[in-house]
Order: sequence, then C-alpha cells, then structure tokens
Amino acid sequence: MLRRDVLVGVGALVGHKASAATMPWLSPDLPDGTRTEAHLVQVPGKQPLIQLSDRPPNLETPVQAFRTAITPNDQFFVRYHLAGIPDAKKLDGWKLEIGGDAAERSVAFGMQQLNDLPQTEIIAVCQCSGNRRGLCQPHVPGVEWGYGAMGCATWHGPMLRDVLKSAGIKPEAVEIWLNGVDEPVLAATPAFHKSLPLARALADETIVATSMNGAPLPLLNGFPARLIVPGWTSTYWMKHLSNITISSKPIDNFWMTKAYRVPAGMFPVADPFTTQNNAQTWPITGMVVNSLIASPIAGEQVDRSGFTIRGVAWDRGNGIARVDVSLDGGNSWQGALLDRELGRFAFRTFRLATGPLPRGTAELRVRATSDSKETQPDAWKVNPAGYHNNVPQRLTVTVV
Amino acid sequence: MNRPLVRFLLLACCVISPAAAQRAPLPPGPGKDVVEAGCATCHSLSYIPMNSRFLTPEVWKAEVTKMRTAFGAPIDDDAANAIIAYLVANFGAPSK
Repeated sequence: MLRRDVLVGVGALVGHKASAATMPWLSPDLPDGTRTEAHLVQVPGKQPLIQLSDRPPNLETPVQAFRTAITPNDQFFVRYHLAGIPDAKKLDGWKLEIGGDAAERSVAFGMQQLNDLPQTEIIAVCQCSGNRRGLCQPHVPGVEWGYGAMGCATWHGPMLRDVLKSAGIKPEAVEIWLNGVDEPVLAATPAFHKSLPLARALADETIVATSMNGAPLPLLNGFPARLIVPGWTSTYWMKHLSNITISSKPIDNFWMTKAYRVPAGMFPVADPFTTQNNAQTWPITGMVVNSLIASPIAGEQVDRSGFTIRGVAWDRGNGIARVDVSLDGGNSWQGALLDRELGRFAFRTFRLATGPLPRGTAELRVRATSDSKETQPDAWKVNPAGYHNNVPQRLTVTVV
Repeated sequence: MNRPLVRFLLLACCVISPAAAQRAPLPPGPGKDVVEAGCATCHSLSYIPMNSRFLTPEVWKAEVTKMRTAFGAPIDDDAANAIIAYLVANFGAPSK
C-alpha cells in the first residue's frame, strides 16, 4: 500500500522534463549569486518550483501560489538538510516506533493503526525558520530563500498526544525526541533529530499528519507521516516521522544545541522551550507576524484605473487583526479587507481594491498586525542564522 | 503496482535529476577539483554560488570549518585551505 501511494505521486509527472525559465519577479534584494543560481525546475509530483539546490532538494514556492489560503500539494515548498532522502523502496514497510526512558512501554504504529486512532484536522502554516533569509540585510550564509519557503495546508491525522499515550508517559518525561527516515550521507554527520517540550507535544493542535489537503503527503513533504506543530517554525515538523522517544532528558545534538537558535530574548515567545534555553541563545519556536502580496507580482503591469491587491498574512496563532498596504513606498497606508479566518494558524487572505493611480512605477508594501498587537518591524532584527525576517515585503509594479 | 514498474519509475527519476542539477559549472581556478571532491560528497555545489558574493574570507573559512567539525566532512587541513582559497577568490565578497 505504501509503495502504491508513493508512486501515485512519483508517476504522475515522471514524463516531464526539468525546465529552466527566467523569473523577472525574483526579488532584487536576493544575493546576485542566488538570483543566478535559482531556477524553475519541475520534479516528479510537483509543479515548477524555484530550485536553490537539488541535493538535498531545496525548492521554493513561487509567490503566485499565495493568492489562496491553501497551498496546493504540488506547489508546496521542499526543504531537506541532508541528502539521504528516502525513496518509495526505503519507505516500504514503514512504521512509527514510540519508546524511550520515560515511556511505560515501546509501541509501533503502521498506517492502519494511526488511522484507527481518533482523527483531527487543522489548517496551519508550515514555514521554514529561514524563509526570507536571502532578503536579510546584511546577507548571512545558508539556503538563500526568498518569499516562498512556506505554505498552508489542511493537515489530518491523530493527535501526537494520543500516539504518546499509547506508550504511556512517565512523570519524569520532559522532552519528546523526533526522528525521521531521512539520513546524512556520511556516518560522521549528525542525523537530523529534533525535540519538543512535553507541553507542546501534548497540545491539541500538535498532530501526526497522514494526509495533506485530502491526499497522502507528497514524498518530498514527508510521506507517509509528518509531525505538525502549528505556530512553530517547520524545523520541528519532522518529515517521514519514524521514531519518537519520550525522554527524561533534553536532547543534546547539533540540530538543537547549535542550529536553529536565536539570541535570547530577541523575539517574543509564548511558550518557552526552557529545557533547551541557555544564557545566550534560545531555540527558535513561534513564528513572527508576517504578510505577503501575491498579486500583482514584482514587475507586473497594472491598470491605472485601479487593480486588486491580494495576498496572505499569518502569525503563530494569535490571529491577524489587520493588514495595511502602501502604494507609495510606505508614505501612506490603507487597511485591506480581511477574508474570513480559516483558523488561527492558517493563512488569512486579504484584498485591497486600489483607486486610480498615476502612470509610472509604484512601490507596494504590506504590513500585518496580529491580535496580540505585534506588527512587522521596519528593520530586520539581525541574528546570525537569518531567522524571523518579517520586514514588510516591497515590490515595484508598472502602472500603465 | 509491480516491481519492474517500480524500478522503471525510480530509474526515470534518477535520469531526470542530472538535468535539474546545479545551474552553471564552477569557474576554473586553483582548488576547483578539491572543492568538487570535498563539497559534492554531501551536497550539490549550488550552495556555493547561492552564497555569493557577500561572504568575507573569515566567514568562508568558518563555513568550511563548520563542514569539518559539525558535519564531519573528511577534509584535511591542506584540502580545507585549498577550498577556502578557491571560495574566497571566486565567491567571496568583493574587496572594498
């Protein structure tokens, strides 16, 4: 069954060739080398995405996809750290094993057993911690993402809490350790293991997703099961989830203690990850409020009689209070209309119908404010790894 | 789905991959062969041009050191120096 599900995705587009095309709408704020290296590629099961690297695959969603609140599976971004990614064969016979020193017993779930647990569904934004890293000033090293290392989907599956309870959680449990099937090329490279504080793991919205937008997860988005941690950046959303350890100790590895960390206190934190904090740095956790114009796109010609600006706004679950749009490079702002909310962790779509504009160029900007009164800052809060870049997007269009 | 078909589809993916690889070959220069051997073991060379040109010699050196110490890349001191020199010369921030 596993094999067949994978191949539905792999087979559908296998005849298409990789395509390169120019992307005049790529942000001029990206490093020059990124703008040269990035190109549109169609891999099996996906529409053309912006490829930043092929091994491991790092594929970004073009901004045009964010005109709707739900990002289609075949346009959903792809991010891997290590090149040992599983194929259909490797996932054959997949099981999710739960154990650890703070578990009462060890248990294993196949897909059928996961499906037999009570099911829940949530619409949530999955955003890479480094989304917009390529737009940071000054530039910092890493995968130089533009605006599209994110997406929003309807995730379906059992609560992580119910999966953990099947193994029994001892009172001494402090962290839930996570492992997926993907692996490093070299034995000497730390495998991509992460952890969650117990409270976050037990939250209602933390689920083991076995379906995405009503279909099996695409292979490159974590098939057959992926952890969903709404509100937190996707470094915790373990793909190809295979092992869960209920632990009495904090995990100690490169991916938690060295990577994915931000200066202590720099960003607001709703539920702190105290077992991984130190005096200088904290693990990255909740997303910061942000917004994106998806229509028009940079460089597009728009009509001087007026046009409609559309896009999405999101945060870590507080909810979006307002979205303001500027048509004059930030000199004046007007409130956009917010469409209905699909849940506090989902993209909130917005629109603004402009009045007539003079011919020439116009610089558009967008800025969201959350229900917790947090808004997007004018300058990026500089941190070494290029996280949490929520400087208001700006793009130039031509009014004709 | 039968096994021969599975093999065909997996092979087809492998055939597609090279066309989707890095956009342009690295420019010629001293150390290019060491870079290709040392870096491409674990990741595509796209990471290099993608991170250009804005990294100072110190940061390129720190990146190579990170690959050796944090990620366990089997690169000795001589190879590391050759890699750093190549990256600085071809992909470093323009000197001010």
